[in-house]
Amino acid sequence: MKSAKFDHQRVSSLDEALQALANADGETRILGGGQSLGPMMNLRLAQPDLLLDLSRVGGLDEIEASSTTVKIGARVTHARIEDGEVPGATGAYMQAVAAGISYRSVRNRGTVGGSLAHADPSADWPSALLALGGEVVLAGRGAERRLPLDGFQTGPFGTGMEYDEILVAVELPQIGAAAKWGYYKVNRKPGEFADAIGAIVLGASPRAVCGATGSAPFRVSAIEDRLADGAKALTVAEARDMIAAHDPGFDDYELQIHAVALSRAVGRAFA
Amino acid sequence: MSDLTITINGEKVTADVEPRLSLADFVRDHRRLTGTHLGCEHGVCGACTVLMNGEPVRSCITFAVVADGAEITTIEGFDDDQPMAQLRKAFHENHALQCGYCTPGMLVAARDIVTRLPDADEDRVRLELAGNLCRCTGYVGIVNAILSVLELRRGA
Repeated sequence: MKSAKFDHQRVSSLDEALQALANADGETRILGGGQSLGPMMNLRLAQPDLLLDLSRVGGLDEIEASSTTVKIGARVTHARIEDGEVPGATGAYMQAVAAGISYRSVRNRGTVGGSLAHADPSADWPSALLALGGEVVLAGRGAERRLPLDGFQTGPFGTGMEYDEILVAVELPQIGAAAKWGYYKVNRKPGEFADAIGAIVLGASPRAVCGATGSAPFRVSAIEDRLADGAKALTVAEARDMIAAHDPGFDDYELQIHAVALSRAVGRAFA
Repeated sequence: MSDLTITINGEKVTADVEPRLSLADFVRDHRRLTGTHLGCEHGVCGACTVLMNGEPVRSCITFAVVADGAEITTIEGFDDDQPMAQLRKAFHENHALQCGYCTPGMLVAARDIVTRLPDADEDRVRLELAGNLCRCTGYVGIVNAILSVLELRRGA
């Protein structure tokens, strides 16, 4: 199908974008790479009145690393991350995640900031980055605002951002060179949206994320406690009970594939 | 309507288009470059793959206005391109197409594989082709064609 009608405004600065957002009448969407929003518009699941195109706004493409953190501009593409531009062990983890997002011709356009702000429950970055922890950086009318990734996504396509804020970067912890991580996605063919995601990062403290839930991804505390106690494996049966304790509203099949994803993510972390 | 200046296969063109017009519909309907095919129109099948500033993108989910200022190469624009000449010959020799609907996108994706991943093996080629659907060939001929070009280029 073809997209419904909309207006397109290409802005040249963040200030101009924020002004346009404040003045907008009707539904306005920020256009990053458009690789999730574009299909939704073609399918008419999304029918915004105005697309604000940030492709000419400077300062959104940088990757800045310190010894403890990596700050990634919102417009950094999945392809750049796949090609190893994010340094360190955090970069290695993100490289593995990025390589599994859709297909190269989509990764060339799709952006990490767009994915986080769009907050599709089946997308990779909301779950994968929750397993790292860190913060999103938001530009708004006042001073820059930061929100922790914990709790950033509030539901399907919902985040803690205000309607007149723009996600400009995500700042992530740099995990140690020896830190273990594992990521496993259940999908019917490579590149498809995930049916279930399991993400494990053993950074400063272990983080275990159950993703592609149909709503926001969530951390599974019992798995994190087990990993903190030194466990190096997790059976599917154990994962089922630990996920079920969070009352995610899964049917039996959904519980099973999410348990499999987390069990295999732990397996990959210690492979 | 939005003004658009875009370079397609080396030719600079300007147009006044509706924002909702996809890049694919722009090259097909406005430029009569009908080699770019539309299959699913939501970024899954790969038939519409073109190069944008040298990188493969889905022209069905890229609005034409977003490509303002970009260089676009469609399947009609590869006459003098060496890897594409090698792939055309290899697709012919390996029976890598039947109906031909997926072939323009398949060739652009294949060109990305042989130029970006010179050491790709069969598993990697098949993984990379996950984003380009062919419903005729079963992929054997396509994979063999791409592998033969990879080998040719490694020997060169």
